[in-house]
Amino acid sequence: MTAQSMVIRGVRPYGADPVDIIVRAGVIAEIVKAGTGSGRVVEADDLIALPGFVDLHTHLREPGREDAETIDTGSRAAALGGFTAVFAMANTSPVADTAGVVEQVWHLGQATGLVDVYPVGAVTVGLGGEQLAELGAMATSPAQVRVFSDDGKCVHDAAIMRRALEYVKAFDGVIAQHAQEPRLTVDAQMNEGLLSGQLGLTGWPGVAEESIVARDVLLAEHVDSRLHVCHVSTAGSVEVIRWAKSRGIKVTAEVTPHHLLLTEDLVATYDPVYKVNPPLRTSADIAALRAALADGTIDAIATDHAPHPHEDKDCEWAAAAFGMLGLQTAFSIAMLTMVNSGLLDWHTLADRLSVLPARIGQANGHGQDLVVGAPANIAVVDPSASWVVEPATFASKSRNSPYAGMTLPGRVVHVFKAGKASVLGGDLTC
Amino acid sequence: MRHLLSAGDLDLAEACLILDTAAQLASVTDRSVKKLPTLRGRTVVNLFFEDSTRTRISFEIAAKRLSADVINFAAKGSSVSKGESLKDTALTLEAMGADAVVIRHSASGAPHRLATAGWIQGSVVNAGDGTHEHPTQALLDAFTLRHHLRAGTGDLAGLRVAIVGDILHSRVARSNVLLLGTLGAQVTVIAPPTLLPFGVNDWPCAVSYDLDDVLPHVDAVMMLRVQSERMQAAYFPSVNEYSRRFGLDVRRLNLLPPTAIVLHPGPMNRGMEISADVADSTRAVMVEQVANGVSIRMAVLYLLLGGMTDEDRRDQL
Repeated sequence: MTAQSMVIRGVRPYGADPVDIIVRAGVIAEIVKAGTGSGRVVEADDLIALPGFVDLHTHLREPGREDAETIDTGSRAAALGGFTAVFAMANTSPVADTAGVVEQVWHLGQATGLVDVYPVGAVTVGLGGEQLAELGAMATSPAQVRVFSDDGKCVHDAAIMRRALEYVKAFDGVIAQHAQEPRLTVDAQMNEGLLSGQLGLTGWPGVAEESIVARDVLLAEHVDSRLHVCHVSTAGSVEVIRWAKSRGIKVTAEVTPHHLLLTEDLVATYDPVYKVNPPLRTSADIAALRAALADGTIDAIATDHAPHPHEDKDCEWAAAAFGMLGLQTAFSIAMLTMVNSGLLDWHTLADRLSVLPARIGQANGHGQDLVVGAPANIAVVDPSASWVVEPATFASKSRNSPYAGMTLPGRVVHVFKAGKASVLGGDLTC
Repeated sequence: MRHLLSAGDLDLAEACLILDTAAQLASVTDRSVKKLPTLRGRTVVNLFFEDSTRTRISFEIAAKRLSADVINFAAKGSSVSKGESLKDTALTLEAMGADAVVIRHSASGAPHRLATAGWIQGSVVNAGDGTHEHPTQALLDAFTLRHHLRAGTGDLAGLRVAIVGDILHSRVARSNVLLLGTLGAQVTVIAPPTLLPFGVNDWPCAVSYDLDDVLPHVDAVMMLRVQSERMQAAYFPSVNEYSRRFGLDVRRLNLLPPTAIVLHPGPMNRGMEISADVADSTRAVMVEQVANGVSIRMAVLYLLLGGMTDEDRRDQL
């Protein structure tokens, strides 16, 4: 019995002329003239096909904080956001610092099946920053972990960071650093600047990020290993990374959608929905981050999707948790900030949302060009749509979106993961 | 005016109205029966998440002199320490019909949250939030300055005021810089660079690291409390060094013009930021500040809750 064909009818790959993309047996089987393909038809007139998005940085909260998110609800949110693969950060409870935990996350992700969930392994035991976790065991487990991060905490000890960078060379891993010098950010609440002084909120100075990025690129050069910088938030970090890349240092970097759009001015409301780590910065930082994403200094957009239950945000600023939802708004924010501004076209946006993050994380089968024979991981988006963000309708268990009430451009309409539709017409298929 | 959250929310007319109202209400304190019926039947809650007996008592007396019902709610331990959350406390007070909530909280912006999150309908008065603001302290300081140096009327145009000490962590300094600026005074903040906020050069005030330089050219000097635990965090090398460089002793008192006065929001660290001789001198007006605090807080509650016109107020007085 031959596998059934699905025809994505009239779709425009990367915004080019319309074609029919025929998906069969999990791969793109044929690309033919629009209207001529046969099989089960999925209408996609005037819609744009991009490779399914890959998120290097999500917090799915399971195990431990299933009140905020689960692998199932997070996978649903990811699929609705156009993602076919996500990397789940290690700061769960228990911490993903053993083969057992990463295997559990991997299997739960496969059981849900809407996206491939790649567990990120902790660099140090319990994110404590003192003793390397069993990185090799996680790498050789069924989860085949390649990205290691203590995200939420910085690997601040230079000797530990050096050893981690060296150690993961044995299995071509990468250390994804949450760059935050802890002594410079004790009790830090928001970007340090004129506004933090006025609001009486302890500052989180850009130099606390930049000094770690500078140290780490030099360490990566010294030991000839791979460094990935999580959620770059300042113009200064961009300059350091640009310099490092110009020297041939193996460094990659990501930026979040919120750091591409929102400024620290929102903190003046004292509404903790705007509390995030690293904090929202200035319009000058935003301009530098967008330019860096456009010129390739920053490789990827990653959401840092950080769900929190309502009570952890419905309180005074200092008591609130850090973090924002991102999976279901990432594409729209990326389109708004990078495509509508003319900084990226659909091809280069696909590089930042799919191709490069898949390469950095070694998510094989994801981030492939839309060509015959490629795995059918496809996001089909409507660039002419606009929608009003209503967090109550999100698939995520949490509601802490900073975009509530905003009208955003662009919608994710259909998503195919390994040839199977996960989202059709903007709704989950299961 | 619905809430008093920041001294920066007051324009010149509003600030002067509060000062003028306080001046009128101060006369009540001199009567044998120290009470007005203005806020009879209204409920004022003093919601204190931080210990501050003096501020709490000041608000309590102010509300009682206006015949309001006063509830003291000492909510020790905020949601930070997993006690009852600010929200649930607010909902409780709302259910009990609080007309005004006077809040002291260790978290900057907590009064702002209380006023804007939709939890309560009543007025919110900021009685000090974290390292943010303490607007009634600034008002009572302005009132004291006006009484001594401007014959008790008008604004503070041209008045030169030095604020000395831990500007970085001081809500008193923030509110004073804003309010005294609105009233036309020229403010200079003086501290070691480690105790000045990032971006202070863009504040509406002058900045100096040298107390001796500034003292001969001011009409008033306000000394701020410096907590010795700042020393543990390396903001300055030692208490002695701080005191030598930024403490107000008799030698420095003599650098001031003869009419200049000394303020301190209290509680004082005698021997640290201010010597005992200076604290007890005739130039020091700390006791007046405390008395004026009651009048200012009466004026604020009166204007927030009284809902009366100027004529009504004159009639009642």
